[in-house]
Amino acid sequence: MTTVLFSYFAGVIVLMAVLVVASRKPVNSALSLLVMFFHVAGLFVLLNAEFIAAVQIIVYAGAILVLYLFVVMLLNLRAEESYHKQYLVGLVVGLAILIEAVLILSRSGFADRALPAAAPAPDVLSGNTEGIGRALYTTYLFPFEVASLILLVAMIGAIILAKKGMFGKEEKRSLR
Amino acid sequence: MIDIALNLIVVLVTIGVVMVTVLLHVAYLTYFERKILGWMQDRMGPMEVGYHGLLQPIADGLKLFFKEDIVPAQANKIIFTLAPILVLVPALIGFAVIPFGRDSIHIFGLTFRPYVTDINIGILYILAFASIGAYGVLWGGWASNNKYSLLGGLRSAAQVISYELSLGLAIVGVLLMAGSLSLVKITEAQGGGLLHWFILPQFVAFVIYLISAIAETNRLPFDLPEAESELVAGFFTEYSGMRFAFFFLAEYANMILVSCIATILFLGGWHAPFEALGFIPPVLWFVVKVYFFLFFYIWIRGTLPRLRYDQLMMFGWKVMIPLALANILVTSAVLYFVRV
Repeated sequence: MTTVLFSYFAGVIVLMAVLVVASRKPVNSALSLLVMFFHVAGLFVLLNAEFIAAVQIIVYAGAILVLYLFVVMLLNLRAEESYHKQYLVGLVVGLAILIEAVLILSRSGFADRALPAAAPAPDVLSGNTEGIGRALYTTYLFPFEVASLILLVAMIGAIILAKKGMFGKEEKRSLR
Repeated sequence: MIDIALNLIVVLVTIGVVMVTVLLHVAYLTYFERKILGWMQDRMGPMEVGYHGLLQPIADGLKLFFKEDIVPAQANKIIFTLAPILVLVPALIGFAVIPFGRDSIHIFGLTFRPYVTDINIGILYILAFASIGAYGVLWGGWASNNKYSLLGGLRSAAQVISYELSLGLAIVGVLLMAGSLSLVKITEAQGGGLLHWFILPQFVAFVIYLISAIAETNRLPFDLPEAESELVAGFFTEYSGMRFAFFFLAEYANMILVSCIATILFLGGWHAPFEALGFIPPVLWFVVKVYFFLFFYIWIRGTLPRLRYDQLMMFGWKVMIPLALANILVTSAVLYFVRV
């Protein structure tokens, strides 16, 4: 049962990921991406990570993709403008990456080893939300705080970019 | 094998009962709204169909069902068709985790629980699907190929993203106090009468939740995406017949859903306000509380004028979110010292 579900989710994810880059209309790409996010969430549920599945949808589908779509609709991108005749470069780079991936996979002995068993289902009573919280604030406290600092820097950067000309000389110049 | 089949029957029957009940309430909510608005504006409301217009929702439904279904010539047909479904399904699917009552019903040795399922991330599940609803509106506006519709869709997306934040942050205070994301456990944490309801310690969160919920469901005074006077009904200008009905149903289903969540998070769900009133069935308490919120919604609609777009954004980002963050800070600090 799990294998069937996994194959379904994985298949749809790959198909949708291809459609995201292959479809000519940006809005259709966004639609494919949305379907893909849902199936990724499905994979997380299969791994007994319901919390991450929900957060995956809230963050990626609920916030990030809506902003993409917003931009796409506001700019009203037409199909021709999104492609710039880069097929040749794309082909070369794609081939290089494919060869690398095949090399890595063939030498890692990944295929011989048995797959690690899925994480044991967490205690139903405590749930995996508590587990993630505990891991974040004990084992991974430092990386967690670093990540929040990086996000803060990004936020400040965005504000500075958006408010360009409101601080210092540029503003005065524009006033004159 | 028989066990699995019986389980399936129980689950399907529960889903059926919940869906039918919700859709009936959705239909009669439109009647409820028109009657209350009529009462507030000193007129009668619907009176013609049935006794005091009681059959009006059914007449409306039949009318919408038989209307011609028009797809604009320049519209993107697939997305135009998909959009109403994408709005309605998330609105209805959220009811799967709402606990409507306390007692399971036993018939023929089968146990029917008062909720479809109790998952350990219940509230996140609802938030996740609520955020999907914005896509239907956005795509509906875009696929209509009409500038008013597009503007309505874009406004709706911006509004939903902004107010989703304060909605989520307002809920965090309650989650901290209940210590669980499961709606069943949150309800159980508020047992023991009026004083244990989270509305008292989390009053700030309650007010933020109420305002954000009205904005989330695009209701007056936050109905900028469909403002009749400037956008000619916004994202569903081009929709007709059943497709229009889907948008309409979704809006009212969402109203009931956010009222259910408000009841569970802040008013103790199916708990009676006093132990002495425990003889009244819990389901009844739940329904009464939900209708209190629905009445509040309509009351607000009848009272307040629509906000301007920049006021809406300013209010959301500069008032609601800082307040919600402050509430989380205070709640967690107090809880830390109380529990240590």
